[in-house]
Amino acid sequence: MSEARGPEAGSLLKVRSLTKYFGTFAACNGIDLSIGPGEIHALLGENGAGKSTLVKMLFGVLQPSEGRIFWDGRPVSIGSPGEARTLGIGMVFQHFSLFEALTVAENIALSLDPKIPLAKIAEEAESLSKAYGLPLDPHAHVADLSVGERQRIEIVRALLQNPKLIILDEPTSVLTPQEADKLFETLFKLKAEGRSVLYISHRLEEVQRICDRATVLRHGKVTGDCDPRQETPASLARMMVGSDVAGVHRDSTTDLGSALVQVQNLSVPARTPFSVTLKDIALEVRAGEVLAIAGVAGNGQGELFDALSGEYPVGNDEAIRLCSKAVGRTGINGRRLLGAGFVPEERHGHAAVSDMALSDNLLLSRSQSDRSLFLAGGLLSVIRHDAIRATARRICAAMDVRKSGDDPAAGSLSGGNLQKFIIGRELDRKPAVLVVNQPTWGVDAGAASRIRQALIDLARAGSAVIVISQDLDEIFEVATNIAVISEGRLSKPYPAGDLTLEKIGLLMGGIHDSTAHSGATAGGVHAH
Amino acid sequence: MRIELQRRPAASGVFSLVSPLLALVLTLIFGAIMFRLLGKDPGHALYSFFVEPLLEVWSLHELAIKAGPLILIAVGLSVCYRSNNWNIGAEGQFTIGAITGSILPILVPQWHSVLVLPLMLVMGAAGGALFAGIPALLKTRFNTNEILVSLMLVYIAQLFLDWLVRGPWRDPKGFNFPQSISFAPEAVLPPLLDSGRAHASILFALLAAVLVWFMMRFMLKGFEVTVLGRSERAGRFAGFSARRMVWFSMMLSGAFAGLAGISEVSGSIGHLQPSISPGYGFTAIIVAFLGRLNPLGAIASGFVLALTYLGGEAAQLSIGVSDKVTRVFQGLLLFFVLSCDTLILYRVRIIFGSGRAREAKS
Repeated sequence: MSEARGPEAGSLLKVRSLTKYFGTFAACNGIDLSIGPGEIHALLGENGAGKSTLVKMLFGVLQPSEGRIFWDGRPVSIGSPGEARTLGIGMVFQHFSLFEALTVAENIALSLDPKIPLAKIAEEAESLSKAYGLPLDPHAHVADLSVGERQRIEIVRALLQNPKLIILDEPTSVLTPQEADKLFETLFKLKAEGRSVLYISHRLEEVQRICDRATVLRHGKVTGDCDPRQETPASLARMMVGSDVAGVHRDSTTDLGSALVQVQNLSVPARTPFSVTLKDIALEVRAGEVLAIAGVAGNGQGELFDALSGEYPVGNDEAIRLCSKAVGRTGINGRRLLGAGFVPEERHGHAAVSDMALSDNLLLSRSQSDRSLFLAGGLLSVIRHDAIRATARRICAAMDVRKSGDDPAAGSLSGGNLQKFIIGRELDRKPAVLVVNQPTWGVDAGAASRIRQALIDLARAGSAVIVISQDLDEIFEVATNIAVISEGRLSKPYPAGDLTLEKIGLLMGGIHDSTAHSGATAGGVHAH
Repeated sequence: MRIELQRRPAASGVFSLVSPLLALVLTLIFGAIMFRLLGKDPGHALYSFFVEPLLEVWSLHELAIKAGPLILIAVGLSVCYRSNNWNIGAEGQFTIGAITGSILPILVPQWHSVLVLPLMLVMGAAGGALFAGIPALLKTRFNTNEILVSLMLVYIAQLFLDWLVRGPWRDPKGFNFPQSISFAPEAVLPPLLDSGRAHASILFALLAAVLVWFMMRFMLKGFEVTVLGRSERAGRFAGFSARRMVWFSMMLSGAFAGLAGISEVSGSIGHLQPSISPGYGFTAIIVAFLGRLNPLGAIASGFVLALTYLGGEAAQLSIGVSDKVTRVFQGLLLFFVLSCDTLILYRVRIIFGSGRAREAKS
């Protein structure tokens, strides 16, 4: 390209104080980043740290609010993915955009100039995939391919544009260890040709193995810029999760009662190519205990919730026991009748139907558990709207739900107020067991603290509470015991007081520690 | 200048009432334009199409005869569509209901009993329900698209009826006409009044509409239909089964279509023949949507669409236009109903001068 190099010479891509605001919230705040030619550069961070926002700005999907991007030493503005590709930036997304009914070659052709004949594309794709050790049959139908093979299509599609920088978003999250090893070989080949790779991950072991440099993000800011090989997993984890958790205050541990939730040998195969397989989960929660389950998103939290709630019952009846009854094959309402309550992660379209009234949404989770109160007329099951409205009013008062009108549509409430209602809907029953997935995701600070207090109070009153969360501050605020989920496996629980952030970071990074002593090495990662 | 659709913060209550009326007015305006282009006097044509049929007692009876099956089918379809299952094959379920309902009067004509008629109705409803169970089975088992399957089954049902009345069920003394023997008197739905032909099918329709309205408005089952239709995931969270809802909604609408089918054959025709419906099963889709997928709304819209059938016949006689005009009116009406419904969730904004748009493009 241009010989006239500016002051930023030496780096292929350089980013200076890049900032992106969503409203007043800074998803990325003054990010500096520099990637040299032939460098595999890691971008590390928890969920919500700002990795995706940063990458979307580099690929032209989002426009930065402030800051500059330099490409080959010259300032550029990347207005669209098309412009990014022209510059020489290729991207492989975590979730693929492929048509299952079409062949590999046809899928690739869709992203290229329509004038290029299909036969030529197939030929090129095949030779390219061979050259990079990504064997791929261009005439195979995508529907017949494994997830790893589908990822290869995306990579080959990116390579056909001859990029100088390839961005890979959590590429190994969908791969088997063997497929991941293959991918790493490919990345080393790209590196040897002088191409650069921006590698997004939260897996410390991988990053140490393949990356030359790492930039660590937390809460939208750079918290570390280092050579991962000079670091220990522990020091990387500290940069990733921080050490500034404030206000860890718990009462002296109250006496715990009998075990209300017992899970053993719970294994659930993945339902879709993008869901996680649960492997041999075991946990126990006693009356008065809050068990918090930490982990980076997409490591099996949703699948664990589905199994615990009974929305998707599991084959082994004994795998899950609620209040000493085997319920593995029991549906969600059967479990509710035993005294359990559930709060899923997604408010709209899962925990609540947005365009239905609050009172209807109350009936949604309690039609069977409060049958005698809410339904009349025996088998006709006539809905008693008056009783339901009265209960909805009581919940709104108890949880301080701010709303317009007496019984507005759930969708008209703010996220925090709707979440207070959804939690209050279960608390109002005084459940013996409560399972909550991401209780304060996208909720304002006031509502979040009220919800956390309510969870603590419920446990103190003698219920067993499971909180699945990505928010470590939240976890330390509410938990009696903490377990970490990673790649569908759950660590053993640790008393919240004994667990350091460093250790949680290691567990979240996939470093499974069977001996429960710190200083674990990467050796245990895939050993199972 | 450009026109933008802007999403309203909440569904507009005014427009959910006004929208069907607006659609009717627009249909009349465009109908008038169509008659003008055909070289007819629009005023006279619309009068003979929409007003004349209402002026005589016998034609009011005919209106009830046409409205009966339309309302009955539309009531079932409204439940189906509310649950997000798309049964397009009511015409086929209507046909199969007519066939299974006719088994007794055709195969055992010598059995004279008061039980014959109730049994026929039950068998008709059961036949329609089972036939609608085919797309339900394929959808729950193999995840097929019920729109395509139910639609294709319409042609199977119609050709099966055609084969029956030309083959095994042909009246041996019928001079080779493709029709079955005539039903015995106890197998015929009697007229309601002495003044005309209207029979019990309109009563079935009204009763079904009120019962289904009660279910949708007051019963947990209706709640289940609505929740699963809006969000399958939320329905699963509530402990409702989307699979069972496929079966329930398809078979309910199939049963109503089957009942409409046997009522039509027994009450209006009196025997089986290759063509037993002027497209009731398809027109009922329009009835269901014009009635806002509300069973009581289907009563009103059922009479409106019944009028387009009668008007088409009347206009054929008095002003000499093709009866295809009926289809045109029904098509216009469906088109305008669906487009006016946009106004419930969106408001239209006309923006003059597109400074910002141009800026964004450059």
